[in-house]
Amino acid sequence: MEHLSIIGNRSMRCSTSCILAVVFLLILSGTACASVEARKLANPEQQKVYENLTSELRCLVCQNQTIADSNAELAADLRRQVYEMLEQGKSKQDIIQFMTDRYGDFVLYNPPFKAKTGVLWLGPVAFLLIGLVTVFLFVRRKKSAVSPGYRNENAEKLVKVRNLLEKGDQS
Amino acid sequence: MLKYILPLLLFIVLAVFLALGLNLHPGEIPSPLLNKPAPAFSASKLQAPEEKLTPADLKGKVWLFNVWASWCASCRSEHPILNQLAQQKAAIIVGLNYKDEPDAAKGWLEQLGNPYDVSIMDQDGRIGIDYGVYGVPETFVIDKQGLIRYKHTGPVTPDDVQQVFLPLIAKLQAEN
Repeated sequence: MEHLSIIGNRSMRCSTSCILAVVFLLILSGTACASVEARKLANPEQQKVYENLTSELRCLVCQNQTIADSNAELAADLRRQVYEMLEQGKSKQDIIQFMTDRYGDFVLYNPPFKAKTGVLWLGPVAFLLIGLVTVFLFVRRKKSAVSPGYRNENAEKLVKVRNLLEKGDQS
Repeated sequence: MLKYILPLLLFIVLAVFLALGLNLHPGEIPSPLLNKPAPAFSASKLQAPEEKLTPADLKGKVWLFNVWASWCASCRSEHPILNQLAQQKAAIIVGLNYKDEPDAAKGWLEQLGNPYDVSIMDQDGRIGIDYGVYGVPETFVIDKQGLIRYKHTGPVTPDDVQQVFLPLIAKLQAEN
């Protein structure tokens, strides 16, 4: 028995170390995914614009990532493009114009408000308003539908209770 | 009555939205380059690197600009269709060999056939950026004036050739 329990213990220890190994690998793979080349611009102001822009431009290959997050080759090329344009002294607006000229508003995570993007910007507000109006109407109708009957019933009960309290149970 | 009709109406509205959503292709991004001049480039030819090609060289001709690479799996499935299209000689086909190794690209053309009148190299992907390329293969149709008239994302299918490309090319060939 003693022998068996030792084996049991050992296998237990193995499984904890296995789990640790898996966790360690997961952490490693996380850092591997996040490895994006480091680019430093001499001007800290421009560096800020670079970081700002790369996290505002959409990677068109993996569409739910910014070009700062993405490992796709196109994202790397677009980061290079942003970097080079900043080095040439181009402004943030110039670069945004460059990107939308080629990829359309879709490349922007923060698209401008215009006729084409109107639904995108106003849709949520419209839905919120519809929701609020619905809730308001619903609550008001419930209140007016329930209260008279409810009040009457309560009044009857109150009378009964008062009678009981005053005169005691005579049944 | 409203009690029964309202949920039904809501369901219909939801079903319509979901049905539309199923048929959308969010991967296909409309190109802002449509009906604009094809962006300029001056690129080395794949088969003759000392020679350059610019869009100006193709003024007055209708041409297809097909983005391809030897590493691109969908290009392989598209390739026989381009070969067939090339045989019909409806338009000039220019290849943009995108982010590829020239040797691998040449080997690919030798092995699978060469539908391109000429292929140019874009090893660092800059011409690709100018054309808003985000996936390979992509195919542009450019008219005699040098305007981009159509952009196709993804592999061209035989249906696309019959229903879209050939009619459009015929129309553009008839223009002055």
